[in-house]
Amino acid sequence: MIPGIGTLTQDTLWCFSQVKGTIEFGTTEADIISTVEFNHTGELLATGDKGGRVVIFQREQESKNQIHRRGEYNVYSTFQSHEPEFDYLKSLEIEEKINKIRWLPQQNAAYFLLSTNDKTVKLWKVSERDKRPEGYNLKDEEGRLRDPSTITTLRVPVLRPMDLMVEATPRRVFANAHTYHINSISVNSDYETYMSADDLRINLWNFEITNQSFNIVDIKPANMEELTEVITAAEFHPHHCNTFVYSSSKGTIRLCDMRASALCDRHTKFFEEPEDPSNRSFFSEIISSISDVKFSHSGRYIMTRDYLTVKVWDLNMENRPIETYQVHDYLRSKLCSLYENDCIFDKFECVWNGSDSVIMTGSYNNFFRMFDRNTKRDVTLEASRENSKPRAILKPRKVCVGGKRRKDEISVDSLDFSKKILHTAWHPSENIIAVAATNNLYIFQDKVN
Amino acid sequence: MSQKQEEENPSEETGEEKQDKQEKEGILPERAEEAKLKAKYPSLGQKPGGSDFLMKRLQKGQKYFDSGDYNMAKAKMKNKQLPSAGPDKNLVTGDHIPTPQDLPQRKSSLVTSKLAGGQVE
Repeated sequence: MIPGIGTLTQDTLWCFSQVKGTIEFGTTEADIISTVEFNHTGELLATGDKGGRVVIFQREQESKNQIHRRGEYNVYSTFQSHEPEFDYLKSLEIEEKINKIRWLPQQNAAYFLLSTNDKTVKLWKVSERDKRPEGYNLKDEEGRLRDPSTITTLRVPVLRPMDLMVEATPRRVFANAHTYHINSISVNSDYETYMSADDLRINLWNFEITNQSFNIVDIKPANMEELTEVITAAEFHPHHCNTFVYSSSKGTIRLCDMRASALCDRHTKFFEEPEDPSNRSFFSEIISSISDVKFSHSGRYIMTRDYLTVKVWDLNMENRPIETYQVHDYLRSKLCSLYENDCIFDKFECVWNGSDSVIMTGSYNNFFRMFDRNTKRDVTLEASRENSKPRAILKPRKVCVGGKRRKDEISVDSLDFSKKILHTAWHPSENIIAVAATNNLYIFQDKVN
Repeated sequence: MSQKQEEENPSEETGEEKQDKQEKEGILPERAEEAKLKAKYPSLGQKPGGSDFLMKRLQKGQKYFDSGDYNMAKAKMKNKQLPSAGPDKNLVTGDHIPTPQDLPQRKSSLVTSKLAGGQVE
């Protein structure tokens, strides 16, 4: 049986492939990975960190000699995308942490990506240079100017091969458009525009124009004391360039159509699951806050992540999700301490696999979870150095909720809440996943028979 | 359910009752946690997860000590104390001037990411 992309059966085994980063006892804050994203072909994998740096890995070409080993990801380019800034007017620091990276589809030999911190979005061009001109007339080989009076003959410079050099250059800087902190960017399917969303507003940009931006959503109340919810994530529909969704801290999702009006304050669709009022507690609103929203590749579904669950919604049904998966429900009896140590505000992301049949999200203790939508099977795996032997098969993990703990299980009280997996990525067409565990990046692949 | 029936079938529950019981046990952890929290912090706001959180979220970011603001504020209020953060400690309002004691640590210099160098397996 082929370990299918489509199924998470008992036959699908995940293996360790690579880990990037160092083992350190005290992690430097700057090294904490804050975003992970494959490009549209899966050839490139980008990470952003708290120090404002971007590292891009490229998959090596599979050699004919190593059929059983899939291509590994090696460093392709790295650059400082954002630097710390200071808002002098408000005496506030602007963090250089990269909140999101989004790739543009490739249209020529160069690669383009958007990276953003809290305030500024930048378009980066990553290109290769493998030739250089030689034989100038007015300069010598070291670049020093020659005395024109010593030149007696003319020659035509020629291009000669050189060692491959990968350069990253900032092509556009989209600044000064957000009063609040940017949480999302999303490239439109028209490849001409993109949006950036902060806590209260969403702006639409054209890639070519940096000094203007259209505001398409504004939920700031006239009186800030009436503020009841904020925007937590936003994304364009993968095929319909007029449609986008945004999620809120109250657990709702709004779908907007830009054809309806210039300012999309009135939604076209409103997705909310009714809550049983008798279930309400102090924590209800906090744990219902959506930390991530993602369209399926097909564009038919959206997936949302709140503190304890992942939900799949059908765009045609607004009154409740079609599927709800429990990520770590055992935390319900720990909410008090999770509130005290601020973990209850952790923002987990979620991802679809290439065929939209399996969804993945992270948890604590460096655990991450996968749910197969067809077979309804789920698995908990761990990203740790102990399981880091080449092609070692990952063993499913289990959290014991109470009573007798089996040998391989871990009890809820033993979970390490400082080891959180917030960011993961799934290759667009293959079973390769990238998992960010604080300052380390793990790459896992399914077992090739 | 009449007492007689309960005595006759003490171990049986109707489907509905069982569901109720399970639901109550489902709510219980969250409510128990809420009670724990309220016991520790009795002054916690009435609005569950209300605008306190949101305001804190909107104003995330280290507010730095500004000697101009600080000295202006001190001069303005010669006889009074500088306004403290007040009950809403999460809110950094215009009057709350960070004091020299709140100075943040110096950030380390920018270096290449360890993902790009270091161990490659």
